[in-house]
Amino acid sequence: MADLNQGEAIPELRVTPDKYLPHRYAGASGDFNPIHIDNDFAQMVGLPRNILHGLYTMAQVARAQTEAAGSDPRSLRRLKVQFRGMGVPEEEIVVSGTVRERDGDRVVVDTEAFQAGNGIVRNAEAEIELR
Amino acid sequence: MPVDAKAVGKEYPAATYEVGLEKIREYANAVGEGSDVHRDREAAKAAGFRDVVAPPMFAVVYSSPALGPAVLDPEVGINFAAMVHGGQEFVWGEPVCAGDTITTTARVVDISEKDGKGFYVFESTSVNQDGDEVVRGTWTNIVRGV
Repeated sequence: MADLNQGEAIPELRVTPDKYLPHRYAGASGDFNPIHIDNDFAQMVGLPRNILHGLYTMAQVARAQTEAAGSDPRSLRRLKVQFRGMGVPEEEIVVSGTVRERDGDRVVVDTEAFQAGNGIVRNAEAEIELR
Repeated sequence: MPVDAKAVGKEYPAATYEVGLEKIREYANAVGEGSDVHRDREAAKAAGFRDVVAPPMFAVVYSSPALGPAVLDPEVGINFAAMVHGGQEFVWGEPVCAGDTITTTARVVDISEKDGKGFYVFESTSVNQDGDEVVRGTWTNIVRGV
């Protein structure tokens, strides 16, 4: 588990969603919007290609916090994100974060997710309870 | 055309969701949650859970069915062709485990306009079979060119 004192970085989470990840996430989540799973449809509506579900990317941001806190799913108490840009398959996602404040076992982390230098989750704030 | 805020405050019928062990496994695999507590009953019980426990973001799976009728409501008036998911917040309560029945209600909390964009904000509250709150969600959809 990271120390998570004020000003410290949480361990980076790096993950590269493969080409078929949006299909698996669609099945797991129930969100079959064709912009995520149909490359032709996505291009027809003006996107560069089929894009990741924002809530999949948010799940990676959530995972980075939980893992920083020792992988207990009860650790993550609150997560607020803004979706920016578009995440795509087959490109590494990097989730980073810095502890903004710590009060005993309560830790607030400023966090974000980037892909090839583009912020896809910005201004995110996580509240963790260390257990 | 300005946005119409008449639907603010409107609530929608509750939706219930029965949490299954295999669905938790499927979700954990899709998002890369590696812990055994999301897969193995004994590991989950050893960690103090009633049964295999859902990762926090599984909240999407059980709470979004209640959001559908709100987002699709003609009185809310979202233009889907120009809609993006702008932001999301979850505040977690009790953990959700396989075998739980989760009931979610959704309501419209804000409809506003800024810089030519419409902001449609929904809130959801999910409780388990014991009446304990498991998650509260705030869902912000942004519509360009309102």
